[in-house]
Amino acid sequence: MRALDRKLWRDLWHMRGQAIAIALVVMCGVGTYVMFLSTLGALRVTQDAYYREYRFAEVFATLKRAPESLRARLAALPGVERAETRVVEQVRLDMPDFVEPVTALMVSLADDAPHGLNGLHLREGRLPLPGRPDEVVVSTPFAKAHTLHPGSRFHAILNGRRQALTVVGTALSPEFVQQLRPGSAFPDTKRYGVMWMGRKALGQAYDLDGAFNDLALSLRPGADAQDVIDRVDELITPFGGLGAYARKDQRSHRFLDQELDQLGTLASLFPTMFMGVAAFLLNVVIGRLVTMQREQIATLKAFGYGNAAVMLHYLKLVAVITGAGVLGGTVLGVWLGAALSRIYMEFYYFPWLKFSLEPMTIVEAAGASLIAAGAGTVVAVWRAASLKPAQAMRPEPPARYRETAIEKLGLKRWLSQPTRMILRHIWRRPLKSALTVVGIALACGIILTGLFQRDTVGYMMNVHYGMAQREDLSVAFTDPTAYRARFDLMGLPAVEHVEVFRSVPVRLRHGHLEHRTAIRGIEAGGELQRLLDADLRQVALPADGILLTDHLGKMLGVRAGDRIVVEVMEGNRPLREATVAGLVKEYLGVSAYMELTALNHFMHEGPTISGAWLAVDAAQLHALYGELKGIPRVAGVAERVQEIRNFNRLMDETMLFFTYVSTVFAVIIAFGVVYNSARIALTERGRELASLRVLGFTRGEIGYILLGELGILTLAAIPVGLWLGEGMCYYIAHTMQTELFRVPVVLVPQTYAFAVAVVLVSAALSGLVVRRRLDHLDLVAVLKTPE
Amino acid sequence: MPEQSAPPPLVASSPRPIFEARGLTKIYQMGEVRVEALRGVDLDLVAGELVVLLGPSGSGKSTLLNILGGLDTPTSGTVRYADHDLTVDDDAAMTQYRREHVGFVFQFYNLIPSLTARENVALVTEISQHPMTPEEALALVGLAQRMDHFPSQMSGGEQQRVAIARAVAKRPQVLLCDEPTGALDAQTGVMVLEVIARVNRELGTTTVVITHNAVIAAMADRVVHFGDGHVVRIERNASRKAASELSW
Repeated sequence: MRALDRKLWRDLWHMRGQAIAIALVVMCGVGTYVMFLSTLGALRVTQDAYYREYRFAEVFATLKRAPESLRARLAALPGVERAETRVVEQVRLDMPDFVEPVTALMVSLADDAPHGLNGLHLREGRLPLPGRPDEVVVSTPFAKAHTLHPGSRFHAILNGRRQALTVVGTALSPEFVQQLRPGSAFPDTKRYGVMWMGRKALGQAYDLDGAFNDLALSLRPGADAQDVIDRVDELITPFGGLGAYARKDQRSHRFLDQELDQLGTLASLFPTMFMGVAAFLLNVVIGRLVTMQREQIATLKAFGYGNAAVMLHYLKLVAVITGAGVLGGTVLGVWLGAALSRIYMEFYYFPWLKFSLEPMTIVEAAGASLIAAGAGTVVAVWRAASLKPAQAMRPEPPARYRETAIEKLGLKRWLSQPTRMILRHIWRRPLKSALTVVGIALACGIILTGLFQRDTVGYMMNVHYGMAQREDLSVAFTDPTAYRARFDLMGLPAVEHVEVFRSVPVRLRHGHLEHRTAIRGIEAGGELQRLLDADLRQVALPADGILLTDHLGKMLGVRAGDRIVVEVMEGNRPLREATVAGLVKEYLGVSAYMELTALNHFMHEGPTISGAWLAVDAAQLHALYGELKGIPRVAGVAERVQEIRNFNRLMDETMLFFTYVSTVFAVIIAFGVVYNSARIALTERGRELASLRVLGFTRGEIGYILLGELGILTLAAIPVGLWLGEGMCYYIAHTMQTELFRVPVVLVPQTYAFAVAVVLVSAALSGLVVRRRLDHLDLVAVLKTPE
Repeated sequence: MPEQSAPPPLVASSPRPIFEARGLTKIYQMGEVRVEALRGVDLDLVAGELVVLLGPSGSGKSTLLNILGGLDTPTSGTVRYADHDLTVDDDAAMTQYRREHVGFVFQFYNLIPSLTARENVALVTEISQHPMTPEEALALVGLAQRMDHFPSQMSGGEQQRVAIARAVAKRPQVLLCDEPTGALDAQTGVMVLEVIARVNRELGTTTVVITHNAVIAAMADRVVHFGDGHVVRIERNASRKAASELSW
């Protein structure tokens, strides 16, 4: 090995503490990057492959009832590749040993075409035999929640008739990657599931033999989806069609896509921030490390090493440190990415996960790190090497210290000599001091970005389930029902208070912007469901007009007073206009609201309701469930506590992992920065401090001089860091506004405290390490050798 | 005592000088202070001679040495080594010049602390045309036994001898020593001077030694007295004393 390379390895060994700290910072930056991008890549690739292999349809429609003969006309539409008719019904299940009502979406399977659209990925067992009304395939997550296997039996209410069903298989479908109960934001696999039955059997149960009420189409390459939708609508409207929609509006796909988009946003945002911070630190730290070697650079040059050779030497040194970080970060990122992907697998029901790591991802991460480190090195080496060796070997001329502003203000006599030294040293190199402050501040800031999501989610839940949705139970009817059902509900056991609602599926249009949602008609003055304004005060329901979720207003580009087109998606699908009466604050989902009687009036109908919210006596809940199970009109029951639990479980599984990882990374970065700042300060000032020791200063006193500077810079960095962190949180929140949820920026005091504590503890630990080294300063050597 | 006007350089009986300096000046800006280190120096050095530059600190001798060694360039004047023009501020050319022709010994050794004695020497032999082996070079300075020690494990005298081995291992035409004994006690200093004299004698290396210790002047062929940025006078010793005869 060449002597210069030996020097490289020995130098590395000598500065191993700092090298490890730098490599860790790089590792965290690269790790986050690789973790996010590999997860995102894996999910996207898996989604694509799954959709393709299982022939996920591209246009969907629901209708009341149409004769099977319509299928041929649908299939013949230009652009349509394949048209499949189905029977889809929401059914109530009676699961053994489970007292609460359970709802399932029952989807028919073509008896004659096993390779049709929306193919099933069988996990266990087989498909139902044609014509067997007692055989079903259940979705894997539902089967898991109820430990169902082929042979398991339970009962369902099919079209008002109780029927025994036998599980013959469990399966996954590209149509239900996300299995969400309509109106619910979070999966609840115990209370909602999807199952499949033979077409003939299900058709007969619902008097739809030779007819269908649901439609799935695939398109020819290059077909215009909107054109097909318009043509399909023309054909199905006479049969109670509720409006065809493209895959992008399909519920499972839409949610999945939005989740992946959001992950994509995080995947570009977080790693960029982490990599940016890491790169910045790397640049600063490496630059200062190289500057420390000014004399060795001069010596090498004196013996005839050219600038290029010296440059290469230091680049190699930096490449080894950075390379180690990149390597570690890649391994860590792949490992975490696999773990994160597995978590998403729990939530999204994919049959398999294709793990994919684009080589470009690693190249980008490595490139960013190496460039940042390389730039820091080149600048520092260049500065050292462009000096004449004679000059570089001479001690630097006494630095130009000046009195600081604080001293000039007349505070001088209150400051001891060591304190003046600290202040003047900070003052002398304002840029360097500022860089240290910025570095520590960035590290402090990214801690906030990891934690804020928890705070925010807690706050959102509080607003959504504490201030807006306050019912214990919500009951949905199978069909719009006469208002008097309210009195039936009030007569049930445990029920203390009832508020009813009407829910009308609609398409809202404003200019060329449109959105499918539902208008909720709610009772004025209701206590169980409240609408809130931007300041979270209850909004009084206007007697006329429609209220929109603020985000929906933004999506449609409307403000209070604007007129919007309401295309009702049920009954005879009237087209009406309504005035936007105002916007309401909602963090989860988007909806439209009207006063109940106003909505009934709008629909030209009598007092009609779609469901009710109940306040109940928890002690008698079992009795109530028993009663509700017996009412055929009740399509489903949702318990608010369960929703909250489901949400928290989801959060525990996904966000906590994320928060945990990013917080750990942020902490490592923070420590890396503070530690390096302290170590470099020690190297830079070791001589001066040793000289002071010779002059009779105690260890404590020189410790004060060195660590006092670190302390002042750290303290200065904290408010800057909290401010930067808040800014980064606002940026993240801003980029994460979706239809699913909007993230307010909420930072609880504990989060600030944690970020501050991490920085302070890092500083204290670094201080201890440096302090220990100060105790071993070689005083004699200082007197003998030049700087 | 020093004359005010410097006599012309001694050239008469010598072959063509290897170094020729004429009218050298060097001005430094040290912080806020302007320092005139050289104020017009004329000097010739002849191949194979051992010259001692003697003068108080700040007299400009180190500056001259640095210019001769290609570590620095003069502000004005000319300086030539064989056919190299050393006034040209060309980093690559200077690097090449140092690499091929010059060996340096510094007052504070300037060893690379992370390399052993052998490796410090190898650092230079690896980039030289016809070097001796690091082992030979270290044997020459009497350190064959300590080749695998790190600088921190060696005494000052030993470190300086490693520095000399490092300087001579490439068989340079010129050995430039800046206060080689400055950081050493007398006994160790003498040992180091012996090595320098030996290299000069055995390898025929033109050697320039800077010192402010007048005793050392006795071992030189010629003594150049420096003061205030000038060559004050030049003496030729009738006979060179062996380094072992010196004491201070």
